[in-house]
Amino acid sequence: MLTLEDIVTYYGNICALKGISLDVEQGEIVTIIGGNGAGKTTTLKTICGLVPATSGEVCFLDNDITNNPTSDIVGAGIVMVPEGRRVFPRMSVLENLQLGAYLNKNRLEVKEDLEKVFDLFPILRDRKKQVAGTLSGGEQQMLAIGRALMARPKLLLLDEPSMGLAPKIVANIFNIISEINRAGTTILLVEQNARMALSIANKGFVIETGNIVLEDTAENLLRNEEVKKAYLGE
Amino acid sequence: MSYYSQILTVIIINSILAVSLNLVSGYTGQLSLGHATFMGLGAYAATLFALKLQSPFLVSIILGAAVAAFFGFVIGVPTLRLKGDYLAIATLGFGEITKNILLNLKITGGPMGLRGIPKVTNVYVAAAALVLVIFSLNRIINSRVGKSFIAIREDELAAESMGINTTRFKILAFVIGAFYAGLAGGLYAFLFRYINPKDFGFMRSIEILCMVVLGGMGNTYGAVFGAAIITILPEFLRSVSPVVAQYRMVLYGLLLVVMMIVKPQGIISESSLSNKKREKSLEKGGL
Repeated sequence: MLTLEDIVTYYGNICALKGISLDVEQGEIVTIIGGNGAGKTTTLKTICGLVPATSGEVCFLDNDITNNPTSDIVGAGIVMVPEGRRVFPRMSVLENLQLGAYLNKNRLEVKEDLEKVFDLFPILRDRKKQVAGTLSGGEQQMLAIGRALMARPKLLLLDEPSMGLAPKIVANIFNIISEINRAGTTILLVEQNARMALSIANKGFVIETGNIVLEDTAENLLRNEEVKKAYLGE
Repeated sequence: MSYYSQILTVIIINSILAVSLNLVSGYTGQLSLGHATFMGLGAYAATLFALKLQSPFLVSIILGAAVAAFFGFVIGVPTLRLKGDYLAIATLGFGEITKNILLNLKITGGPMGLRGIPKVTNVYVAAAALVLVIFSLNRIINSRVGKSFIAIREDELAAESMGINTTRFKILAFVIGAFYAGLAGGLYAFLFRYINPKDFGFMRSIEILCMVVLGGMGNTYGAVFGAAIITILPEFLRSVSPVVAQYRMVLYGLLLVVMMIVKPQGIISESSLSNKKREKSLEKGGL
């Protein structure tokens, strides 16, 4: 569904990605794990055109989308939930969700999607008139995911959904991610919380300083001695 | 024209300037320090169309506004691609360059400026223009385009992730702002019948910014209110003592600092972005 072929990305003079290749199959949950500054977020940003790739190729559904404008990539079906939630703080929950459906001009579909998101996150229905900046961290994360779902993604990119949330809420969010996946959305998940991510993923990539150093099924990665030592704290 | 109707006309022209800057800075979140430059370009262009080509008043001011919008586009395209505060610096530089060009060109009369402009602007003309400007701005703000502007201000990265072409909409806001500022410039020229480059300098830009900040960023009526206060204030001070009136810029600075501490959202703060009617439309799936 999505393939990255030898992607190199620079921030000014600094080389953040040094040749990343990975692939995501339809229907999978794929996770990229790694430490701070390894290049996880940059990988996602490069996929959705927020940061230009210097070389390499991003292919989505057999189309070359490398360095296309983000609006085209969102239109093609790749939607990102940015790191740190980034909800529109002074807008209501409803307005945030509506902006997620920005490219969908079919009002009936938007209304339908809104109901789906409210069914998935009932708390958002209760708070739909509340200003998003006053929601709790967990609720904001739900809103950010719901907002992305409003864009009808075929592939959902999630950047550290567990960031700064209590363990109980993280578990809840991850259950919902699995649920979204079962409903038919392919997921590429970037996480520092490797155990959580690998527990719901089919496949994982380990990234270190701009290089993919390991690639395997999630099960194997959970048993891998090096992964255990470096990312699972055993 | 009596003194009071003159003041009222100036308030209205300043209101157009303030609400148009408010679109750029208040709604879209892009800090522009060159709004008076667009006003000046509009004023000069309108005057030249009227004096050299004998075009009628209405045609002149609209063409003047179009010229200002064109320059808004030219300066907006390279600068609005950048993120952060580069726009403020670029607009500042653009203002100084424009002022110097106007000071040295023959057709603009150099430092002498242009005189002999017919007096057409009065309270009614200005008021009609303001009503049209506010009406069209409200339409824009409540549309999909307006929501894109606000989304960019709220969080540019998130807006972009939702598929909003942020560069395009920032340029659009800037061009619309420049158009209205140019319109105000035209009205100004046909009111005072004389223009020179100093009328449209950096200090005027700051004055317009003061109106917006004082009135309330992101609220059109707040901007009108701010324009009224900033216009009346020096007149009032002059009636108290001419010496005090000379120091009005000091007072503006003080006013801004006090506002930032006491009421950073402005006198009339941005009301909740949604009202009843809007909520209904949202639930039906409209943006």
